[in-house]
Amino acid sequence: MHKEFLMGNAAVAMGAIAAGLNVVCGYPGTPSTEVLETAAKNNDGKLYVEWSVNEKAAMELGAGAAYSGARTMVTMKQVGLNVAADPLMSLEYLGVKGGMVIMVADDPGPISSQTEQDTRHFASFSKLPCFDPSSVQEAYEMIQEAFEYSEKYHTPVFFRPTTRVCHGYASINVKDRNEYKTNTPEGFVKDSSKWVIFPRLSFNAHINIEKRNAELSDVFSEYKRNIITPAKSPCRKGIASHGISYTYVQEALKNKENPAVLKISTPFPFPEKLAVEFLKDLDEVLCIEELDPVIERELIYVCGKYHLNTKILGKLTGNVKTAGENTCDSVYNNIAEFMGWELLNQDSPETPPLPVRPPVLCAGCPHRASFYAVKTAMKGQKSVFCGDIGCYTLGNAMPLDMVDTCLCMGAGVNIAQGIGKIEPDTRCFSFVGDSTFFASAITGAVNAVYNQADMTLIVLDNSTTAMTGHQPHPGTGRTMMGQIVDKVNIEAVLRGVGLKTVETVNPLELDKAVETVKRVSAEKGVKAVIFKSPCAVLIKPEKPAVIDEDKCINCKKCINSLGCPAIIISEGKVRIDSSLCTGCGLCSQVCPVNAIGGKENE
Amino acid sequence: MNKNILLCGVGGQGIVLTSKLTAAAAMEKGYDVMSAETIGMAQKGGSVFSFLRIGEDMYSPMFGKKSADIIIAFEPAEAVRMIPYLKDDGCVIVNTNPVMPVTSALKAGNYSGNEMLGYLRQNVRNLITVDGIKACQDIGSPKVLNMIMLGKAVKSGVLPFSIDDVTAIMEKTVKPQFVEMNKKALNWE
Repeated sequence: MHKEFLMGNAAVAMGAIAAGLNVVCGYPGTPSTEVLETAAKNNDGKLYVEWSVNEKAAMELGAGAAYSGARTMVTMKQVGLNVAADPLMSLEYLGVKGGMVIMVADDPGPISSQTEQDTRHFASFSKLPCFDPSSVQEAYEMIQEAFEYSEKYHTPVFFRPTTRVCHGYASINVKDRNEYKTNTPEGFVKDSSKWVIFPRLSFNAHINIEKRNAELSDVFSEYKRNIITPAKSPCRKGIASHGISYTYVQEALKNKENPAVLKISTPFPFPEKLAVEFLKDLDEVLCIEELDPVIERELIYVCGKYHLNTKILGKLTGNVKTAGENTCDSVYNNIAEFMGWELLNQDSPETPPLPVRPPVLCAGCPHRASFYAVKTAMKGQKSVFCGDIGCYTLGNAMPLDMVDTCLCMGAGVNIAQGIGKIEPDTRCFSFVGDSTFFASAITGAVNAVYNQADMTLIVLDNSTTAMTGHQPHPGTGRTMMGQIVDKVNIEAVLRGVGLKTVETVNPLELDKAVETVKRVSAEKGVKAVIFKSPCAVLIKPEKPAVIDEDKCINCKKCINSLGCPAIIISEGKVRIDSSLCTGCGLCSQVCPVNAIGGKENE
Repeated sequence: MNKNILLCGVGGQGIVLTSKLTAAAAMEKGYDVMSAETIGMAQKGGSVFSFLRIGEDMYSPMFGKKSADIIIAFEPAEAVRMIPYLKDDGCVIVNTNPVMPVTSALKAGNYSGNEMLGYLRQNVRNLITVDGIKACQDIGSPKVLNMIMLGKAVKSGVLPFSIDDVTAIMEKTVKPQFVEMNKKALNWE
């Protein structure tokens, strides 16, 4: 054992490696990404690591490896689980041989997600056991236990941290390398009565799953991480909590005698006996949860089933907020109200109006040029711009204002198709990044071609998965095993699925980009423009642009049309912040009086 | 011993790196450390913060309002944004140079930072201001703002370690050719 200062996600990865991990696969998504990245960084050569093309592919690869006896971890964010739902729901009926942990990070807030969905529901829906860690240290230990349970019961299990656990850091106790477990996979043993899903098998499996989960409810009532902390002085009230909120409860109850606290680390199967034990001497229990009232509903159910008179309070009764993340303060005040304590006094002197800093596309981001080119090309034309998930969702911000819709990964293609079917006189565009294209827009493109859509697909190809921290994907020619491989060519894919017109252009060559969009979008059918230019964060910047103050007429067209963070106003004049400017040259092409010079003016 | 530290500023100023260095210095002294910070969407030119806790009997990586012993703010408005977290007798180290938000440039806003500094001077008893641009010019690199801020914070006496402790950690983490420059930054007066 030794101490290390680890991010929660790194602790999950190192815990899994200590448990004898053989395979880890997943798709990037905040707040889950660093799990796989840490595993890859600590690969001693025996681990197989891959960024799969999407979560469904990862889940299926993980299943195959686990069928073969490997200890396998599949990583994703909560919305990624929706993509992997199909293999997951069937996999449960077959089970696994090697331990398989599905690491799904939830995001209360949401801080960087489309939804506040709660994977604990997915656990009960898919009938899979679920582990819910509350701290970095616990995440490290619990992931190892999750593998043991998975292998013992031949079932995949969920491991469900939330953002503050994933991205929290702590100095924790970790194992030395010689304490690591090793797992040598037996290999795939053919048995069609086991690995081929048929209605008869599913019927029998269903009976066994229900039986096993009833057993697990009892087993989890004894699990050392489902715990009751009794009150130090008599009290008829109690708190039930989980995850990071449990640590806020601990902070709130420092130096307090009561109430008693129930910590739920396995929301499914719910440790019913432990809950009865907790509830039987209590009049009221306040449930402090993030996302959905899962524990709250379970306790209400337990009260009904066992004829207990305890009143259960929480989100459903308006005692805890229904959306967004909890904080130390919100939890303290929830408990204070419940217990009749004084609320926190947090008045601060009123502040002057603070500048707002919404996230924006980086200085030099090629997406800015792409959006501006399409906007310019479509001036005066009835058009609609369907966005997608990635950095380029930020194209919605003023002044670009180029994202009319955004739903989920890859959705923009067929949303554009749908709008076009109802509004045939509108020029319909869909914007998709290169990683998202591979993850889930290819089927959309096939659908659009087959069903005679009239739309323009814009692929924003910056040769990386930028939003989540620059992971490789099939178009980059690099893998997480360090191999250099053939790149999957986006233009060839699009031609392969039947697009007749696919043009690739550098968006930073503005006139050419505008002309291409005008020409291509005027054609009938499905056609594509690939804007190819590397992510500004990954390339060495060019010399920053400079403004010729004699020429500048202070019209602010550069600011009002591009919204680049490197163009600022200082002492009433437009200036370039040379520490941010990458010298992309877009603003110099927009300036009406040629006042902005880049490298060509040197 | 318990210290709650809040580092804040704008994406790209080196907040997260400073937090890591502070954590390492505290760990070297044998303290337990916890931290939590902004990652993802908010990094892109947005407000960035890092909660850092040193000591014992800690459960959550984040702390509540009126709990910070020290706020190390790389930007005046970001200091003001985080003031509700400061203990009544807490200390604030602030870089006086504002970072313009894109939105302010768009609306040709007049945010200058002076109003923010005025607010801080009025409401924070233990305030230490740092002219970051001047300090960086003195050292000769725009990239040492974080070391300058950390040095000032250590010298405030609030943190449970010395400049020598931080220097030892810094020497292990930065490239050899930058050690001297960072040393100068940590000791900048």
